[in-house]
Amino acid sequence: MKGLVPVLAVVAVLAAVPLAGVSNVTLNFLVVALMTALAGQGWNVLGGYGGQYSFGHAAFFGTGAYITAVLQVRYGINAWLAFGLGIVGGALLGAVVGGLTFRSGLRGSYFALVTLAIAEVLRISASVAPITGAGVGTLVKLDLHVAALQFQSRAAFYWTILALVAVALIVTRQIERSRFGVWLIAVRENEDAATALGVNATAIKLAAMVISGAITAAAGCFYVQYFLFIDSGLAYGSWISIEALLTPIIGGAGTVFGPLVGALLVRGLGEGARMVTGGEAPGVDLVVYGCVLVLIIWLAPRGLIGALAQLRGRLKRPAPLVEAGHG
Amino acid sequence: MLSPSILIAAIVNGLLTGAVYALVALGLTLIYGVLHIINFAHGTLLTAAMFAAYFAYRLLGIDPYAAVFVLAPAFFAVGYALQRFVIGPASHGDDRNMLLVTLGLAVVIENALLFAFRADTRTIDLPYAFDGIDLGFAFLPLPRLIGFGAVFAVALVLWLIMNATDTGRAIRAVAKEKLGAELAGIEVAHIYAVTFGLGTACVAIAACLLIPSYYVNPAAGNAFVLVAFTIVVLGGMGSVPGALVGGLVIGVVESLSSLFFGESLGQIGIFLLFIVVLLVRPSGLFGARA
Repeated sequence: MKGLVPVLAVVAVLAAVPLAGVSNVTLNFLVVALMTALAGQGWNVLGGYGGQYSFGHAAFFGTGAYITAVLQVRYGINAWLAFGLGIVGGALLGAVVGGLTFRSGLRGSYFALVTLAIAEVLRISASVAPITGAGVGTLVKLDLHVAALQFQSRAAFYWTILALVAVALIVTRQIERSRFGVWLIAVRENEDAATALGVNATAIKLAAMVISGAITAAAGCFYVQYFLFIDSGLAYGSWISIEALLTPIIGGAGTVFGPLVGALLVRGLGEGARMVTGGEAPGVDLVVYGCVLVLIIWLAPRGLIGALAQLRGRLKRPAPLVEAGHG
Repeated sequence: MLSPSILIAAIVNGLLTGAVYALVALGLTLIYGVLHIINFAHGTLLTAAMFAAYFAYRLLGIDPYAAVFVLAPAFFAVGYALQRFVIGPASHGDDRNMLLVTLGLAVVIENALLFAFRADTRTIDLPYAFDGIDLGFAFLPLPRLIGFGAVFAVALVLWLIMNATDTGRAIRAVAKEKLGAELAGIEVAHIYAVTFGLGTACVAIAACLLIPSYYVNPAAGNAFVLVAFTIVVLGGMGSVPGALVGGLVIGVVESLSSLFFGESLGQIGIFLLFIVVLLVRPSGLFGARA
């Protein structure tokens, strides 16, 4: 319990935000930022702690989103159940993708490529398959009842996504403190050495991918409940693959709060860029994202949290640098 | 049942398209062979070069085939500078960082193009765009025939650079044994940048060959680069003959599967082939390294 104090404190502060009477525009911004943070937290488990850089996490986001939408719309299944099944679907996809890629020993560039290709295959399939609504997409009926997992107030949506983020933060923190987490980090630092010491790298990476897939899928499930629409470009497009890796890298990959910090910063910068150009400039927010990504890797390869920890360590003097980077 | 002449026409067309794919893949495989990373900015550099060729024709009236001789050196310089002054220093020698930096550059370039030129699709009309050779069963458009020939000329030039120049020898040395090359007095950062420049020059040439018969918009290069990834994996990462043969094979596969299954499923065919090759034989058909 002691290790969870920072997580609970951050969540408590965030939970109080709607009570402070912020505008709907601000709440909407925070909802989307938290959704991005959730998608990024999924990436963080696999990429940040496990060192397996996926360039196609849209595969999980989109699968969660489509399962939630299609089960409700076409099979009349309750939204809460559909939401849960969406998360399960993400975990299963993680098992399949992880089983295929890690068993074949794919690493580095190859792993990035194959995840990218899987997301593309899913995107193209979803754009032609009748069950997903093909090119038209799937619209979830407006039904503002708790039973349908839709809320009248923005605040309720905000607390829903915050609760999901809180679960993801706790899961990540528990992973970090567990033996599994240590094995995962060992695989990231040197897979061959870890294997030589008896760590079953394939199984560890596979487990990380299942958890990762489930968390990122949850973000997709939430997306559908919030926007009530999904199509192949939104579900499996490269935007979410990029945001899912951008947020942890910028905040601090392999740290508990990295994705949250990164998501708030990235979304804030994106909004700022849009405001400066008067909202009339397509792509300008993504230009900012790309620049921030390159600059962060250049100047602070361990993300903002890593940079702060290093700074603190330097101020305190003989603090060991090795410890920097743990949030 | 399809008549044999349609089938042959599809195969010939596939070969012509495949040659340009091969050229894009050649740049990618060259960079992979030396730097050991996938350049995720490759596709957007292709798009940027296509815009350059487009505006060279529209604003200055330069024929795309003449523009090659300006754009290839210009993009060599762009690629050299990107690797030397951005990707290299930014990634601190870590492969995973390098992947992310090229991805970041791709996002910046693509969206800067979108910002500047919007999502409009543009084409140019060359007076000879519809000239060609009629074989009876198949019509070979002139721009694509020129493209086919040019690709092999480029491959020959690349082969000469790699085998008959000191720079080429240095590139091969760095590809084989980076540390050893460094100890022998080769400046690795310079060689990395030269390689990246050569790969980018390939893309500029491909852009000039494509623009007479294709369109350009800020996402135009992406389609090619995903195919190029497939080719590089199929042919073996870092293998030049693999990229050439792989390009032709993929061109034919795409052409045939579009014929049988329609356009969008044809694309899926390529990706499935790609995933299967990656999973079953990641070293590719010609590659030695896994």
